[in-house]
Amino acid sequence: MKLRDTLTVYRKELRDALRDRRTLVSMFLVPAVIMPAIFFLFGAATYQVVKTAKAQPPVVAVLGGEESPSVRAALAAQPGLVVVPAPDDWRERIADKRLRAVVEIPARFDALLASHAPAEVTIYHYEGEFKSGFAVGELRRFFGDLRERALAERLVERSLPAGFARPFEIRTENAAPPEKVGGNTFGGFIPYLLILLSFTGVIYPAIDLMAGEKERGTLETLLCSPASRIDIVMGKFLLVLTVSLTTVACSLLSMTVSLIVGGIAMVGTGRMAATLAGEQGAATLPSLDPLGVVGVVVLVLPLAVLFAAVALTISLFARTQKEAQTYLAPMVAVVILPAVAGLLPGVELNSTLALVPVLNVTLACKELVSGEWPWAHLALIFGSTCVYATAALAGCVRMFGRESVLFRT
Amino acid sequence: MIEARHLLKTFRDRKRGEVRAVDNVSFVCEPGRIYGLLGANGAGKTTTLRMLATLIAPSGGGAVVAGFDVTTHPAEVRARVGFLAASTALYGRLTARETIAYFGRLNGLDDARIAVRTAQLAEELAMEDFLDRRVDTFSTGMKQKTSIARTLVHDPEVLILDEPTLGLDVMAARGIVRFVRECRARGKTVIYSTHIMSEVEKLCDRVGIIHGGQLLAEGTLAELRQQYGEEDLEEIFVKVAGGEAIA
Ligand SMILES: Nc1ncnc2c1ncn2[C@@H]1O[C@H](COP(=O)(O)OP(=O)(O)OP(=O)(O)O)[C@@H](O)[C@H]1O
Ligand SMILES: [Mg+2]
Repeated sequence: MKLRDTLTVYRKELRDALRDRRTLVSMFLVPAVIMPAIFFLFGAATYQVVKTAKAQPPVVAVLGGEESPSVRAALAAQPGLVVVPAPDDWRERIADKRLRAVVEIPARFDALLASHAPAEVTIYHYEGEFKSGFAVGELRRFFGDLRERALAERLVERSLPAGFARPFEIRTENAAPPEKVGGNTFGGFIPYLLILLSFTGVIYPAIDLMAGEKERGTLETLLCSPASRIDIVMGKFLLVLTVSLTTVACSLLSMTVSLIVGGIAMVGTGRMAATLAGEQGAATLPSLDPLGVVGVVVLVLPLAVLFAAVALTISLFARTQKEAQTYLAPMVAVVILPAVAGLLPGVELNSTLALVPVLNVTLACKELVSGEWPWAHLALIFGSTCVYATAALAGCVRMFGRESVLFRT
Repeated sequence: MIEARHLLKTFRDRKRGEVRAVDNVSFVCEPGRIYGLLGANGAGKTTTLRMLATLIAPSGGGAVVAGFDVTTHPAEVRARVGFLAASTALYGRLTARETIAYFGRLNGLDDARIAVRTAQLAEELAMEDFLDRRVDTFSTGMKQKTSIARTLVHDPEVLILDEPTLGLDVMAARGIVRFVRECRARGKTVIYSTHIMSEVEKLCDRVGIIHGGQLLAEGTLAELRQQYGEEDLEEIFVKVAGGEAIA
């Protein structure tokens, strides 16, 4: 191996890549656009849905309760609800989302309340439908208030203190630091994106540098120079790795900017500054441990080597760029699958999973951004990923030495 | 100097089984001479020349090119060989100058030497006007000149040319013929494959007729004419190849 030749090939490939619009797009534009898009579009969409749902009071219908005018009147006067008489086909209307919910008031409800007899109010809704759920919330609040008032009257009637029917209160409070909340909620998502982008960043240059050169005939030109095959393939590998890591770096940068800008937009400048400064109690916004993000990047490094080597090998094996695309496109699923498995609740890091490529890094990243450093597992993950990466690179170099692959017809 | 000794290359083909693309081929090309390898499609020309250029390894036999054995010293052979084929393309996003510099560097030249060679080649091939333009904007003729420049950047003593005029118009093809003659005049060893009889008649000092992987006839044009009792090279070729193919 001659370092000079490897670097010559690398420098030429770098110059070539920087003149190729498609490489530039996959390296800079995709991460620069995707990250803010995810943060802003999803955030804005959720915000918009909630706002419109709140702006239009939900339409609900009442079944029965003809003998209970007082509860009906109170319900009709409730500001957060539009009450209509129940049509015959109310079940279909709920299913068609034309009615958000229907409440059934039992016969003689007012009288039952007055006589302290048991009664049951039923709310019909569309399970899992966001707007229906919102109507159910309003109805529950209304009847909850009604129940509280009835209870208060009964206590007064018997001259009992207000706390009589409520011996104690239950309160929950978050005790986990904000970066752990962040790690658990969206923290798993960030390394997942980095892993995905480190792979998608590899696809185009790998196809172009091997299958593409074979198809265009430039590979044969290159092979008839005295540079050894290992130097040529290493130069190309370094370029693919560079593109992959640049994609990751751009994603990180774009993500940081999106988080800060998005955070300011959502919670205001003051609170964001307090959060960034790490002030106690200020941080209601979930945050990520910056040192953990550094750890993530360290783990993604050998993974990028693995991806670059595998993609180059596959591309080398293909006769044409089209064929290489056909092989590499399903590889995205192979990368996504373990990454998504790592996001599933309950899948936690252990010594066996620490050996599963891609999945292990996803799981470790979840811990790292939560500020957790399980050193033994991290060493196992980094070590095993390095072993896989080295094996893949060795396989790639071997493949490049095979003339049946280089001169495939 | 090229000495091919009993060169053999077999390919495994899924449909045809084992294919003997080159079968026991031996010949010698002298410095200052042009050796023409004449053969029809699929005769084994490209396979032979790729073995001489060490792009692929022989299955049997061997060759000594520019004093080095292709099997044991492939890098030394490549450093002394210029290989140009219809299939060896250029990088579209590099300029002509960058292309010459890239192959110069891969051939171990330093920057000063590369600058000297670039200036020389650009003058000889009349490339000054487009030296700093990108190759993908070039006409076929300009590309051909750039290819010749990249083949010659390290001033190789042996030139291996595989159908270099394929797909070129008359003017560009004449340019190639002139360039090959100049190489001969400078004492280089040239091997030139083609299926065009007139090119062989114009250029070659010795001719080898290859058919079905085997070298069936060899000699100077005069020798071949005498041996087969025909003036026309095409008639000689048909006789050697075993009559007209009816298909
Ligand atoms: N990589 C390969 N795998 C399998 N068979 C091959 C391979 N390369 C060449 N062949 C076969 O070897 C034989 C000789 O091919 P070759 O390319 O050397 O011929 P050629 O004289 O250059 O023909 P052409 O005029 O078409 O360029 C053909 O039958 C071809 O199909
Ligand atoms: Mg050929």
